[in-house]
Amino acid sequence: MASKKWIAMLLAGGQGSRLGELTSGLAKPAVPFGGKYRIIDFPLSNCTHSGIDTVGVLTQYQPHLLNDYVGNGKVWDLDSDFGGVSVLPPYKGKDGGEWYKGTANAVYQNIQYIDRYNPENVLIISGDHIYKMDYSKMLAYHIEKRSQATIAVIQVPWQEASRFGIMNTNDNQKIIEFDEKPEYPKSNLASMGVYLFNWKTLRSYLIDDERDLTSEHDFGKNIIPNMLEDRKHLYAYHFEGYWKDVGTVESLWEAHMDLLEVNPQFQLDDPNWKVFARNANHPPHYIGEEAVIKQSLTNEGCMIYGTVDHSVLSYNVQVGYNSTIKDSVIMPNVHIGDNVHIERAIIDSNCVIEDGAVIGNSNPSAKITLIGEGQTITSTDQKKITNI
Amino acid sequence: MGNVLGLINLINEKQYLKELTTHRNIASVPFGGRYRLIDFTMSNFINADISLVAVFPKERYLSLMDHLGSGKEWNLDRRSGGLFILPPIQPHETSMGDMKQFHNHLSFFERANADTVIISPGHHVCKIDYNEILAFHRENQADITVVYKDFYDGAVEKLIYHQCIVDEDGNVTDINLFNVPQAGDHISLETYVISKSLFIDLVKKCAANEEYNFLKDAVKANLHRLNVKGYHFTGELPFIHSIESFHASNMKFLNPQTLKSFFSEEWSVVTKIKHEPPAKYGQASNVKNSLIANGCDIQGTVENSILFRGVKVKKGATVKNSIIMQKGEIEEGAIVENVIADKEVRITKAKKAVGENEPLVIKKAEVI
Repeated sequence: MASKKWIAMLLAGGQGSRLGELTSGLAKPAVPFGGKYRIIDFPLSNCTHSGIDTVGVLTQYQPHLLNDYVGNGKVWDLDSDFGGVSVLPPYKGKDGGEWYKGTANAVYQNIQYIDRYNPENVLIISGDHIYKMDYSKMLAYHIEKRSQATIAVIQVPWQEASRFGIMNTNDNQKIIEFDEKPEYPKSNLASMGVYLFNWKTLRSYLIDDERDLTSEHDFGKNIIPNMLEDRKHLYAYHFEGYWKDVGTVESLWEAHMDLLEVNPQFQLDDPNWKVFARNANHPPHYIGEEAVIKQSLTNEGCMIYGTVDHSVLSYNVQVGYNSTIKDSVIMPNVHIGDNVHIERAIIDSNCVIEDGAVIGNSNPSAKITLIGEGQTITSTDQKKITNI
Repeated sequence: MGNVLGLINLINEKQYLKELTTHRNIASVPFGGRYRLIDFTMSNFINADISLVAVFPKERYLSLMDHLGSGKEWNLDRRSGGLFILPPIQPHETSMGDMKQFHNHLSFFERANADTVIISPGHHVCKIDYNEILAFHRENQADITVVYKDFYDGAVEKLIYHQCIVDEDGNVTDINLFNVPQAGDHISLETYVISKSLFIDLVKKCAANEEYNFLKDAVKANLHRLNVKGYHFTGELPFIHSIESFHASNMKFLNPQTLKSFFSEEWSVVTKIKHEPPAKYGQASNVKNSLIANGCDIQGTVENSILFRGVKVKKGATVKNSIIMQKGEIEEGAIVENVIADKEVRITKAKKAVGENEPLVIKKAEVI
């Protein structure tokens, strides 16, 4: 039987309700990021660069755009005869079928898919994080440690540690304890939601977990604690680099602002680690005679006549005369008229901001203003502006 | 409507773009910030739902092969139809004429699942609706349709254009080969519509007589015998035949109206994908009236210029009235004016590169 060294399962079913209106019509991994990407491009590109040729994308909530976007995977070089990318929504088999009840259950329901490739190891990743990671280094570590499950961890500031799943390890990086969002963290090693399992081991835990009626069928809450209880060999793999959860409007905005630093920690322009994205094929962007553009990222198809300061503009955005965009994120196909002021805001795709409209609050402690997909904002239409 | 074969004929190209065409053919010369000239013809074909495209290169086509690849960017990597690149079989025959190369690949035409052939050169920057021309061709029951455009560009010294004489019924009555075009002349765009069977017939007959020039031996020589119609193209099409006209044609795109008319959702101009990140602007960047492609990093001043993908303009550098192709680097304090810099050119710190009377061409990967 043909077999593979490893395959990846990408959890992309999350609703991302903390992203408010940004995810009213699409799944969280499909949310645009960095002007020309979607969040899912980052883990998929990581797979390409790590030499993974088989990725199952587990979808559930608002799957259509994601299905279409991932397509046959050719953008990420994941179009192959045996493997490649497969979008895996919940399905019905002869023994029934149901919605994915949790992260572990989603993988459980696709045991047949994974078995087809008979992999030695299975990498579990999610579609909610912005990071560049060579998973093959983690695999080498996993093999070297003869680990049954390896969990990627990153050091977080101590004061934030209680927001994460925290690993307590011994000197040999063996995980001895896992605390989900501990009130008094014993370490600051947070789980990144990147797990590498020996497939035979994981398979049996998934089957046992499915029988447990009290389980939430979640990797962090059930599978990992159960394995620790059974004294399996779990190791922490230290990741150094930029890693950001973009699960809230504030964190999504912050991650964009991070890109605008003079020497950003997270670089999109690394020629050895290109982030692949489905390309919309627009002409180069045009900067007009009176335009001013500083410390910003701009994409193809934009037409800029006003001022853009410290902002990220996705493709096909028009900024009219005498308008100012400051500390903001403008998603694709947004049309901004003349004399508009936008500050500390995220404007979602396909919005029309009419002449003279004012959006956002310049106060650094104010919440980021979000304008949902496809809205039209006029100069008098202040009510539509939602601070969340 | 039957199947159409789109034929891109590069055999008659002359290398008149100086250093830009020393290592590549004209069709592969970069244009408009992220395109190659051939992208416009390729896109015109796919926008007309033509899914079988054959490219006939003559020489220096490595860059072209790299650019077109399997044709997947144009959705031409398919089982039915697709992209075919049909180079010369005997290199010494390349000077004999385009019909020689067509004849060498006769079996391709015989096998091709198409009843009509549209022939175009590979360097026309235009939006041309081939379905409209096909409809014209069929309505007029033409044997051959010749597409022409009125000439109103500046003086051309080189003898490279052919003038069509068209009567009031739209019949092409004569073709003056290698003519110095005067204002208002009908200039052949070397774009033709012809049925596949007639095309094959003409290729065979001409080969039997050792005549190998399509325009002269197949079209002009048969004007008295065949129904040859002229299709008057009235859209935008800058004639590119020199460094000056190449520079000016690029600069025409520094205009929002031109941009909107050339590039729209309904008519995308497709090129090879490079996966470049967004363009980055620094604190001190100062950019006016310019076209900037993705992957650029701009810390200095850019005016009236076109920057291709991945160009870097460092602090204190100035770029004016110039075209900087892919991955050019303009270092701190350098001054670049009226220049066409080929790919990967580097202008080092505080150096000056200025074109005086005509644009200064800097060849690929040169360091100044």
